[in-house]
Amino acid sequence: MSIKKISKIQPELFEFNKENLKKAEIEITKYPKEKKASAVIALLYLVQSQNNNWIPLEGIKYVSKILGMPYIKVYEVSTFYSMFNLSPVGKYFVQVCTTTPCMLRGAKKITEVCKKYISQNQNELSENKFCSWTEVECLGACVNAPMMQINQDYFEDLNESKTKEIIQSLLNDKFPEPGSARNRKNNAPEDGKTTLLEI
Amino acid sequence: MLKDEDRIFKNLYNDLGWDINSAINRGDWKKTSDIISKGKDWIIKEVKASELRGRGGAGFPAGVKLSFAPKEVGSKPHYLVINADESEPGTCKDRDILRFEPQKLIEGCLITSYAVSAHTCYIYIRGEYFREGQRLQESINQAYEKNFIGKNACGSGWDLDIFIHYGAGAYICGEETALLESLEGKKGLPRLKPPFPALVGLYGCPTIVNNVETIAVIPTILSKGAKWFASLGRPKNTGTKIFCISGDVNNPCNVEEEMGIPLKDLIEKHAGGVIGGWDNLQAVLPGGSSMPLIPKSICETVTMDFDSLAKVNSALGTAGVIVINKNQDIIRCIARLARFYKHESCGQCTPCREGCGWMWRMLERMADGESTYKEIDLLHDVTKQIEGHTICAFGEGAAWPVQGLIRHFRKEIEKRSHDEPLIKKKSTIPYLIDQHFLEKDNA
Repeated sequence: MSIKKISKIQPELFEFNKENLKKAEIEITKYPKEKKASAVIALLYLVQSQNNNWIPLEGIKYVSKILGMPYIKVYEVSTFYSMFNLSPVGKYFVQVCTTTPCMLRGAKKITEVCKKYISQNQNELSENKFCSWTEVECLGACVNAPMMQINQDYFEDLNESKTKEIIQSLLNDKFPEPGSARNRKNNAPEDGKTTLLEI
Repeated sequence: MLKDEDRIFKNLYNDLGWDINSAINRGDWKKTSDIISKGKDWIIKEVKASELRGRGGAGFPAGVKLSFAPKEVGSKPHYLVINADESEPGTCKDRDILRFEPQKLIEGCLITSYAVSAHTCYIYIRGEYFREGQRLQESINQAYEKNFIGKNACGSGWDLDIFIHYGAGAYICGEETALLESLEGKKGLPRLKPPFPALVGLYGCPTIVNNVETIAVIPTILSKGAKWFASLGRPKNTGTKIFCISGDVNNPCNVEEEMGIPLKDLIEKHAGGVIGGWDNLQAVLPGGSSMPLIPKSICETVTMDFDSLAKVNSALGTAGVIVINKNQDIIRCIARLARFYKHESCGQCTPCREGCGWMWRMLERMADGESTYKEIDLLHDVTKQIEGHTICAFGEGAAWPVQGLIRHFRKEIEKRSHDEPLIKKKSTIPYLIDQHFLEKDNA
């Protein structure tokens, strides 16, 4: 269970824009007619993407209205899942994996870099308000450890200097090229493949 | 070593292109309509004969699972759900299938859906795999365009729709009933079994839930024949498996190998050896984070399959091999895993919700050298209180790595522990009293 802080500053109104309303309708059609509630996670993602990467309480109310669910049911979903942010995060949200496989390969150094260049504590905005960072649990790219996720993209095979470069370009409002920091090809062994050689 | 022609995932490293035309060139979708025309019973019989075991962690025979679906569709529709909520630390095999071999998965979905009489298939992807989900959606669209899925899929007369459903960062949703709850738009709290999802699953309808890798190998098994698959590996542990080797190795990688490959071969041949040489190896978690670790002495000889790992009190799990060398603090490593479980416990059952936090705090104290000898047994007792007393297998997953640590590295913990100061001097004082009340300075 993760601790969720609900922002004290809340917008007064939230509604989908036209584009997201259309996307929401498509999401709802994926499920049987009387089971609209299934789309709740998808709709909360849309709220999050429209509202600078976090979900306001009005957004939760809005989703509950669309799906015909009690407010509390949507509220509990948004607090249960760790990917929903209930208070503002940076435009670039850096999530550093620190679970054992990444820890073995030096995730601590990555968090130190984040502390130094973004903010001393997790979930705090950087000085120019572009960036915030947090430690997360396994992101499922263990053979590319250490790694981090920025918004939707994975940055893999990191080291201290590469992380510093990435974060500095974020602070300058530039999104760096995702993928392996050492230009490694996907999940293949770095010193050359040992299998699938004849293909 | 396995021959390249026997490998199922030929595009594991994306050398050949992921798009549908490249996949067709590799042989996907070639025999699909033939296979379907042979009928449901044949498919299930063949999967049973191949002795394929589920690749999601528990190793349940896949053919048996398919046969649990009711033969006739009653008033309720059937569903097929693919579990792509890959969150087990040390495991990243499904990600590569979603990215580079999506057509194998989609073809598997069609065949399996037909076998269990489902017209709708949901693929539940973890929320973090956003790009992988996009790739899969593109692949699904390509398959629709070619009429491989949709109405009268592949000319078989069977209709199938595949939808992607994203999770939102909850490890527990990898548990099949929690996944179904999440798919219904609720919190991911596991359900009591029975009733099993095969009878009462998604929306109360019969539902078969399977791992990505299990489904993705089914088309190849059926086109090459169950005999071919069963000839690889060992009896009851047949076929090939994607191993993910991470941690303290020179070349961490994903590799598809035969079941029953010696662990030492896997690490030395494919992953470039342990950092600092084989003698620098301390322990290995052979099946993702939920399985007990095995020390170097066992690693020398053990082979990687379900039964031989069970013999050494561990398990194959998801085949995420986490290698830990002697430069690492083993207690700290397991303490970090305990923190993972504390963070990811859904909070439904008390032993797990409270116990995972206890385990984490005790292990941190042990790593810091603040624990007493007695606490080691106490910790073991806590793991036993969690194991088997929860609704889902998460409790076992949280308790086992800690039990493995105590089993094999008790000496290491004892080295850092000390005697209980109060108990030793005054054994009548109950030890639950806060220590600071008993110290003279605070009195």
